[in-house]
Amino acid sequence: MLVLVVITALAFDFTNGFHDTGNAMATSIATGALPPRVAVAVSGLLNFVGAFLSLAVAATIANGLVNTGDVTLTVVAAGLCGGIIWNLLTWLLGIPSSSSHALIGGVIGATMAAAGGSAVQWHGLVSKVIIPAAFSPVIAALVAATGTYLLYRITRSLTSAGRGHGFRIGQIGSACLVSLAHGTNDAQKTMGVITLALIANGTLAAGSNAPTWVIVTCALAISLGTYIGGWRVIRTLGKGLVEIDSPQGMAAESASAAVILLSSSFGYSLSTTHVATGSIIGTGLGKKGADVRWSVAGRMATAWVFTLPSAAIVGAAAYGLADGVHGTAGVIVVLAVLVVLCTLIYLRSRSTKVDHKNVNHEWSGGVAPAEAPATPAAA
Amino acid sequence: MSWVNWSALWKILVFGLIAGAGLPALFAGGLYSLSLGPHRARAAASGADGGSDSDVLVGGSVAGMVIAALCFLIVLAAVGWSIYEIYQIGHPKK
Repeated sequence: MLVLVVITALAFDFTNGFHDTGNAMATSIATGALPPRVAVAVSGLLNFVGAFLSLAVAATIANGLVNTGDVTLTVVAAGLCGGIIWNLLTWLLGIPSSSSHALIGGVIGATMAAAGGSAVQWHGLVSKVIIPAAFSPVIAALVAATGTYLLYRITRSLTSAGRGHGFRIGQIGSACLVSLAHGTNDAQKTMGVITLALIANGTLAAGSNAPTWVIVTCALAISLGTYIGGWRVIRTLGKGLVEIDSPQGMAAESASAAVILLSSSFGYSLSTTHVATGSIIGTGLGKKGADVRWSVAGRMATAWVFTLPSAAIVGAAAYGLADGVHGTAGVIVVLAVLVVLCTLIYLRSRSTKVDHKNVNHEWSGGVAPAEAPATPAAA
Repeated sequence: MSWVNWSALWKILVFGLIAGAGLPALFAGGLYSLSLGPHRARAAASGADGGSDSDVLVGGSVAGMVIAALCFLIVLAAVGWSIYEIYQIGHPKK
């Protein structure tokens, strides 16, 4: 049972990396600073390194959101299912939604189904998750807009080709920092969940830190997911929101890196996705004549609002199913359903494929480039 | 316990502006001073739109290059220091 839960958690970590490659690398890929495949490889490697860098967030997830006494292995497994399904659905639609919220929502939904609303630490949830989620994109956008304005102001007398060349170098540096920051922040979440499972199983004492093998496997899973690359999300972030030039790319990534690293050092479990999206919108606002596609931004914001409750509902449903069947068999049934659903989503995605070859094609209103058959009206 | 941790929020905003906008601005300053010098004048003269077909980055002025190197070094040092800081916070001494 514990083994099943750990595998599910690592699967979630994989989708997390997969879903969030775009946060770090979308702008570098869009401006041509790095070839797409090199970008995802570098990002994967740095995610791995970043996962070892800081362990402050893991502690928050494991101890600050639900009463650990009410969490059983079934609850953790059901919560993870909620997170994975939401991650894959939003990936199919090419929406960069928050993997952190998907995970937290799933775990909270499953906990509520198992032990009622009182098992959730609502104050921790609001003050450590919801409020930072509302502020972080605004702060990131502000920083990125300021940065973009300054960069264009300072270098306005440079030739545009020379400027592009210089900033592409800077962009690679700042994109690497975002990948590192993503590892320090996001790999922590799965470490937190596995730690939670180990505590629930009685293997670890309550309030423990993540053991080394957990850190290593989580780091591996997230970097592998990053390397496989969520091209659909990369495309939305790099091409869909704003047409990005290399100075904007550098400004956006510096802003993301600064905000993520700072908040992760304060123990805030921020969504890298919210920050990166805020930054990219900010660079659009900071450059004269750049257009932000607010309809795309609006769709994202809607998805963000729905992420926590939807993942919670899936998590609760998964718990109900597992509990109805009882014990290990229940968890196996839930995981089987999960595998079937994932396969269906994967097959669906094949019809409108986005990969490293067409990721930068002209934005024509949808995730799938114009050459492919139009995206079905699933949005 | 309050709902919003205002002091952390302010810190993230202020340090975020310094690091997230200030450092890239310094990098831009480095690029600008790197471009100062005779080559730049030629590049600018070669095209009415500021010579956008030329991607000459190094202008050739020695003082400009020294200032540029200083800017880039400060940026690198700040990045390295912040990563070290994150590591320190993430691994509290028992």
